[in-house]
Amino acid sequence: MKIDRRSFLAFGVGGAAGTALSPLPWKLTDDSSIWSQRWPWVPIPVDGKIGYAQSTCMLCPGGCGITVRKIDDRPVKIEGQEGHPVNQGGICILGMAGLQFLYGPSRVKTPLKRTGKRGQGQWAQISWEAALNEVAEKLGTLRADGRPQGLACMTDTERGTIPALLKRFMTVYGSPNFIGPASAQDAQETAVRAMAGVDGTVGFDVEKADLILSFGSGLLDGWGSPVRMFQAYSNRQDRKTQIVQIDSRLSNTAAKSDRWISINPGTEGTLALGLAYHIIAKSFYNKVFVDNFSAGFDSFKQKVMADFSPAKVAEITGVPADIISELALQFATAHRPLAICGRGRGSAPGALSDTMAVLALNALVGSINSDGGVRFLPDPGYIFWPDPDLDPIALKGNEQSRLDGAGTGQFSHTRSLPNRFFEQFGSDQRNVPEIMLIADANPLYTLRDTKAVQAALDQIPFIVSFSSFMDETAQQADLILPNHTFLERYQDVPAPAGFTRPFIGLARPVVAPQYNTRHLGDVIIALAGQLKGTIIRAFGWDNYLACLKDTLDERWEGMIEKGFWMDDHFSSPSWDAMFTTGTGRFEFNGEKVASDPWTGAVAAEGDSSTFPLILVPYDSIRLAGGSIGNPPFMMKTVAATVLVKADVFVEINPETARKYQLNEGTPAMLTTPKGEGKVRIHLSEGIMPGLVAMPTGLGHTAFDDFLAGKGVNVNELVGPVEDAASGFDAAWGIRAKLAKA
Amino acid sequence: MSNPSDTTQPEKSESPAATPGTESSGGAVVILFFIFGLAASMVLGWVIFPTLLYSKKKQPVDFNHALHVVEVENGCQSCHFFREDGTFSGRPTLESCVTCHESVQGATEEEARFVSQYVEKNREVPWLVYAQQPDCVFFSHAAHTIKGKMDCVTCHGHIGESDHLPIYEVNRITGYSRNIWGRNIAGIKRNTWDRMKMDDCSECHIRENVRQASVQTEKGGCFVCHK
Repeated sequence: MKIDRRSFLAFGVGGAAGTALSPLPWKLTDDSSIWSQRWPWVPIPVDGKIGYAQSTCMLCPGGCGITVRKIDDRPVKIEGQEGHPVNQGGICILGMAGLQFLYGPSRVKTPLKRTGKRGQGQWAQISWEAALNEVAEKLGTLRADGRPQGLACMTDTERGTIPALLKRFMTVYGSPNFIGPASAQDAQETAVRAMAGVDGTVGFDVEKADLILSFGSGLLDGWGSPVRMFQAYSNRQDRKTQIVQIDSRLSNTAAKSDRWISINPGTEGTLALGLAYHIIAKSFYNKVFVDNFSAGFDSFKQKVMADFSPAKVAEITGVPADIISELALQFATAHRPLAICGRGRGSAPGALSDTMAVLALNALVGSINSDGGVRFLPDPGYIFWPDPDLDPIALKGNEQSRLDGAGTGQFSHTRSLPNRFFEQFGSDQRNVPEIMLIADANPLYTLRDTKAVQAALDQIPFIVSFSSFMDETAQQADLILPNHTFLERYQDVPAPAGFTRPFIGLARPVVAPQYNTRHLGDVIIALAGQLKGTIIRAFGWDNYLACLKDTLDERWEGMIEKGFWMDDHFSSPSWDAMFTTGTGRFEFNGEKVASDPWTGAVAAEGDSSTFPLILVPYDSIRLAGGSIGNPPFMMKTVAATVLVKADVFVEINPETARKYQLNEGTPAMLTTPKGEGKVRIHLSEGIMPGLVAMPTGLGHTAFDDFLAGKGVNVNELVGPVEDAASGFDAAWGIRAKLAKA
Repeated sequence: MSNPSDTTQPEKSESPAATPGTESSGGAVVILFFIFGLAASMVLGWVIFPTLLYSKKKQPVDFNHALHVVEVENGCQSCHFFREDGTFSGRPTLESCVTCHESVQGATEEEARFVSQYVEKNREVPWLVYAQQPDCVFFSHAAHTIKGKMDCVTCHGHIGESDHLPIYEVNRITGYSRNIWGRNIAGIKRNTWDRMKMDDCSECHIRENVRQASVQTEKGGCFVCHK
């Protein structure tokens, strides 16, 4: 038998035929296709028992009720809580993405102590005991030295038991420097304190109004309680409600409104007074309210008639005089007109006069505490703790004036002025606090002129952050004592922004803490325990949960069950009983407002010859604001006309583009008196020539790789402008120039 | 063209009749080799390949279904039940077992090991699931057994009557249980429970006139199971 080439060929052909007749190729084809569906990186959710847990979202001041879907113990989805008075089962994009804050890579998983230089990101993991001991020792030393006022504390809310515990801690320690936030909500509350004497919150009855006149408020861009606003928007046709958006650019809100009125940025308050002019001149105002329940109308009228004539207002605002008069008529003749304010999302307070002008406009038509109007709500008073005993050190410390100047003298109506707080450091070295506690706030990102904030933070010898995430400010801390995330902790969430009834939401843990974190409330009580004496005596609770239960008292049971407490029987007091000003009436010009509020629009910083353009920040529902970093899910929804890779797009009119020889997508350098940033150009007919619009919420340097290093933080480019009447940051933009990069 | 074979070629072709025996034996050799090849690859494909493709695993604990079915009150549903929300519990968790097995029952070695290794340590038994479908398949037990009134045996066979758990064979390439493709490597089935591939689902769906469109999307075919 001769084995030759043909034999091999025959063997091969036989083999091939045999293989084809065996299941091998067919099975392998099938298996390899299944194999390709099972790459190791393809996530396969674990199966288990489905359950639901309810809580309250704490990612914005909206206070929505949430239902968290769980598989066994693992939360897998956040939905809106059905029947919740604030959001009625709805949820916004940020709330939906909330689980990424629980599982995301930017969490601080254990107490950290800085080992390298500040901001270098070198940390050593330390135990809670060591961390608390270190803070307590530093606090003890400062106090023993008789300088308790050298302790400062900054938070991003002044509502609820956690800020109250921090404030109490500061008081018994001996420092007046508890600094809360300053947002449009705070500006509204300040204006109501000045005009109505009511210390509480401000509600906007958007569901019942039949004409909503929005002075730049981004009802669809995250203003107030966003889901409630979406719902008021989407069912407005059933109610035959008209929405008029006054906005310097065609924002999403403007595009979806019944009418968009383009206005020069920063002049919204002037337009409000321009409308008041027509309403007063044509006697369209509510005479019952003005004659019987208001004070200062005559001087207000005089001022408006003298300084806010149609021609002048038209020139300042850029809104034609005939449209102003038409709008005034429409507003005054509507059944339930409502004017709202707070630019964009309302994260910046703006000038007090802008808010007062809008409140005065509501007052003129009697839309105060009426259906469809503005409601002045008393604080949902439930924190009734006995006044703490103060030792001599604390008494002396509390006599010192606050570094930010809020609450006294010319700023007697304002609670906190974070911008001023940091600005004071430069004027006198003795103003620099020696220890700073920062809870949930991220001033290094959220305050205007971040370079100045950085320089101020650099001067503070010891910074303690309680952040759950490695945010910009936490990166600058000496010690991080991480709090649980909102999904892992109990906390009261009172007064959703703009809500019209006294309301307290309750956040409840939907999952056990995932890492070695501790509740901020427990940490405050533990620190007080280490400092002993009058300090611990002010905290008569074993832990935060005991404090919360004790504080909410008989409301607790119902809140655990429903997730909220609401005063169902609440009705706004009538006009004769509601104002607690000196006159007992609504003060058109405000009470104890140091400077004349009606001085007109705040100018943008910078000179127009060097900086011919004006930069205006804008908010978007797809980019989280405030101290929260945009989660990865939301980053995927940001349009390619806003962000491409690391480049942020600024919006300009094609006419501006022609002038500076810029085209769609051209890389450019945007320069302002405060700084510069690399941007790209997006052309839009929806913005007037001469303006440059830039989104907020980008340009983070901290958090995770999905967010950090993308775009420019607009707060680096815009500086604060101090409002003479309130001390608030009144800046709405800044002068700028654009050049091809 | 300097290849020496070129010069020898004509010589061979000139005397073809001189070697008739060589040609026929050459043909036989070719056929023989063809058969060798055929046989070898058939053995490879039918016998060796399945053995190589599947790795055998023993369940963490042997389980006697037959014994339990007698002991429990409610048949299969005593341990494999629907939860309140309509989802199916699948294999029971330790919580179910502990109701009877808090301490050792009976005298088997497996039982003693189960109690000491899992019950006492409060560890879930990592059961290997013979019927596990890929994650891209949406399967509802409720739709089949409650609405469709099917019994467990139609898909799971007579596992409920077995004294021991069968060896679990896992496909080394796909990671799925052999029960999905079926014991028969050619994919031939005699019983409804022999194979659980996509065609087996659709065979029944077509025969039983199951709505061939998704309720949500009104799109046909695929969307019934692949949501």
